[in-house]
This record gives sequence, C-alpha cells and structure tokens, in this order.
Amino acid sequence: MIRSITQKKTEEELDQLLTGIARIFIIGCGTCVTMTHTGGTPEVTEMKEKLLKKGKLVTGDLVLPVACDNLTAEVLREYGSQINQADGLLIMTCAFGVQTIARQVKKMVIPGLDTLFIGKETGLGQFDEVCTQCGSCILGETGGICPVTSCHKGLVNGPCGGTKNGKCEIDEKKDCAWTLIYNRLKDLDRLDLMRRYQKPKNFQKEPRPGKYWLNPA
Amino acid sequence: MVSLFKKALESGRFVVTSEIAPPKGTNLEKMTHHIKLLRDKVDGINVTDHQSSVMRYPSLGGALLVKEMEGEPILQMTCRDRNRLALQADLLFAHSRGISNVLCLTGDSILMGDHKEAKGVFDMDSSQLLATIRKLEKGKDLGGNDLDGSVSFCAGAIVTPEANPLEPQLIKFEKKVEAGAEFVQTQAVYDLKLFKNFMEYARQFPIKVLAGVILLTSAQMARFMNKNVAGVNVPQDLIDELAAAPKGRAIEKGIEIAGRMIKKFRKEKLCAGVHIMAIGREELVPEIMSAGELG
Repeated sequence: MIRSITQKKTEEELDQLLTGIARIFIIGCGTCVTMTHTGGTPEVTEMKEKLLKKGKLVTGDLVLPVACDNLTAEVLREYGSQINQADGLLIMTCAFGVQTIARQVKKMVIPGLDTLFIGKETGLGQFDEVCTQCGSCILGETGGICPVTSCHKGLVNGPCGGTKNGKCEIDEKKDCAWTLIYNRLKDLDRLDLMRRYQKPKNFQKEPRPGKYWLNPA
Repeated sequence: MVSLFKKALESGRFVVTSEIAPPKGTNLEKMTHHIKLLRDKVDGINVTDHQSSVMRYPSLGGALLVKEMEGEPILQMTCRDRNRLALQADLLFAHSRGISNVLCLTGDSILMGDHKEAKGVFDMDSSQLLATIRKLEKGKDLGGNDLDGSVSFCAGAIVTPEANPLEPQLIKFEKKVEAGAEFVQTQAVYDLKLFKNFMEYARQFPIKVLAGVILLTSAQMARFMNKNVAGVNVPQDLIDELAAAPKGRAIEKGIEIAGRMIKKFRKEKLCAGVHIMAIGREELVPEIMSAGELG
C-alpha cells in the first residue's frame, strides 16, 4: 500500500510556528504517520508533554483513524468544544490530513510534520518513493523501474556520467536507477528499449495543481 | 559561420582542446591570462559551466571572452540550471555572437556544489539538448515554431570509456551520436587497454573522439580520483611512479605521464585528438603539450 511519508519538523521550527499560540489542540493520525512513528498515539502523547513543559495549554488531543478520510469531519465535530478553546491546531499528519482538517475547522493549523513523498516501506524502517505522479508513465520501457522517481536527476535517456560502480553520484549507498533498469532490461533481453530516444518530458501532463474529472463536461 | 574547431576535426590532423574555468566573481584577469596562454596553441577552448555545480561567472560569458580574444570557444552547457526555454535562448545568443561549438552535458547534481538548497532543473538531458540544437538548426524551436534566423553549431558530448558498468554508458553514447553529436571529449583516460577496447567499439560511429587527459599532480590526487571520480582508473604503476618522484617534483612526473599518454594516443592513431584538463593549473597546459610533442 502506498503511504504518505513524513518527517517531524525540528523543535526550533515548531517553536517558531507556535509563537503566540498559547492554547493548542493536537491531532495525529492512525494510518501513515503511525507507521512512520511521526504522528501516531505515542508521538502525540510525547508532543503533549513537550508543549506542557513549554508552558502551553493543551485543550485536547486526538488521533484520527484516517485523517484524509471524509469521516474526519464527523470526528472533529465530536471534539468541537475542545477544538474551539484552542488558538491553533497542531496537526501531526501528512499535508493531506492538514488540508482536510483545515477545510473543516475555522482555526489556524500548524503542521507538525513535513511531507516528504508518497512511497512505501521497502525494508524494516526504510521508506522509498515509488512514483512522482508525473502524468506520463514510461515504466513499460524501463522494465517497471521508474527513472523519473528513482534517478536523482529524473533522467529518461540513460545514466549520467556521475554513476560509479552502479551507485549514484550523490550517495554511494544509493543504487543508480539506470544501472537497475539496464540489469532488468538485459535480463529480459529488451535492451532495445533502453536505446529508444525519449523526447523531453511533456510537463503539461503534470498540471499544477493536479486536477482530473472522471466525466469532463 | 564556419567553426574553426570543426574544420580542425575534419582536417584529419591530431586535434587538441583544453579548458578554462570562469571565476567566482567578476575579476576576469586570470581567465583572460589563460585564454592568452592557450588561444594560439589549441584548436578549441572549453569554458566550463558552473563546474561541480559551483556558482560562477557564466560559461556563455567566458566563451564570449574567448571569442573576443580571437580564440575558438567550446561552450559547455549543462541541463542542470536552465529549462528548455533558457537553454534554447542561450543557444540563439551564442550563435548570434559567433560561438560555434557547444559541448552538451547533463550536469552534476546540485548536491555536489555550493548551492545545495537550489532546485536542480534537468528539464532535458544531454542527448535531448543535442537533439534541440539540431532542431534549432532546421529553423524550428522545440515548440515547433519558426525561428527568424536559425543557428549552426559543431555540437559534442562527453563519454566515460572506463565506466563500470560500461554498457549503460555506451547505450547513452549511441543516443548522443544519434541525437547529433559530432565529437566527444572523454573522461580522463589512464588505462590504455580499456581505452583501446572503447575505441574499437567507437570507431563504428561517425563521431570524433578526443581522449581526456587530466594532469595528475600527485599520487594522492591519483588515489583520490580513483576513489571519488566516476569512470577514472589510474593504474597502480602510474601511482607508484608519482609516489617515487622526489619531494616537490611529483607534478613534473604528472606532466611527463600526461605527455606520454598524448604521444601514445597520437602515434598509435588511437583517436582524433586529446582534451587536456589541468584543473586549476591551466598555466601548465603548454608544458603538457610540449611533453606530448604537440604544437
């Protein structure tokens, strides 16, 4: 299952964001951020203790089952009075959760996390980005390995000159995406696909902000 | 406008290029000095483009200075810092000011340089930049629009003949040839056996190969390059030779080694020429050339 991968903001940044906000309601999420240990029950509890020590008043806390779900609106209503007492909501979910909550409540929201990417757990405690949602999938020509995501430079025509012993120039522990693609296509006897010239990417297919209608009018 | 460098490539004689680096700042004195030193000795002077992702005076400005000083510039262009509009615009500008050679590079990662927080662009890659040049030459831009006045360039690229694994680099090399590269300047070559293998393969393509020569200044530098620079393999006997040089004389040994390599490239007719890089020691290029019995 793909997950929203997040990282805690530094205490310093958080202190700055919470300047002038005395009464705080904390919200975590039981899904992706629980898995990454950035906004589940233990982290929300820890945050609550931290804020109390800093002299903040915590009006309440809550770990939503799935912050980005439509049901979030109903859960938030149940906590209405505690939320209303707060000057701001410290939200320890991914940015999607923060925005979902911000649409429901007329309160300032303070993200406690930075959303890094959409990815999956590929090893114990290891998370990797799998897709950058570029809008023009070339996995059919790369043996199912995405260079737009896995190559540091997002190159689509083969490796750059910085690759060394199958590793990336930015990190000797990071596999060079194009070495992986080469090995896969070689195994599949389809290196002809790697020889195919790819035109510069069409960024019109990746509109900002992304929008899609199932049945366009 | 005819590229003198292209003429040299087509002449069949052994071609020599070298490179200079623009300054960090606006003091052009050192670069001017290097241009004066090289302009009559080499067939083309590469001007690097924020090499190692370090922000500097632009390669376009440096190439223009080479041109103004009556040298033959080879404009290095990476895809790291400009999107396709900016790259095309700079190609138009370069052509309009008499710069007729371009070396197309993807570019090092932003993380290698001194502005690590910047956004790496990579809207295109080296092979796409080459194809862009060929398209502009036909009077069209990448959007398919007509140009009022087109361009003409001798366009080239780089290749790493001693990369490991090698084949992915060769596939990219072939794409560059197909996209319109007329010449390649290689990553530094030290292992002649590997280079000969590469040349046997490369000769089947319509492209001129200039072997990269990087001046080794010490055994320590050679070891550093082996460890850190992609596709560089300085054999142990060369490292030993540098290490055995008397104190303070390693650089002379480095010049001797570079000269020896150049002589081999030329005498054995291995490739079309050499590209001499004396990273930070450009004033030594004439000495390297003498050691290689060039010019």
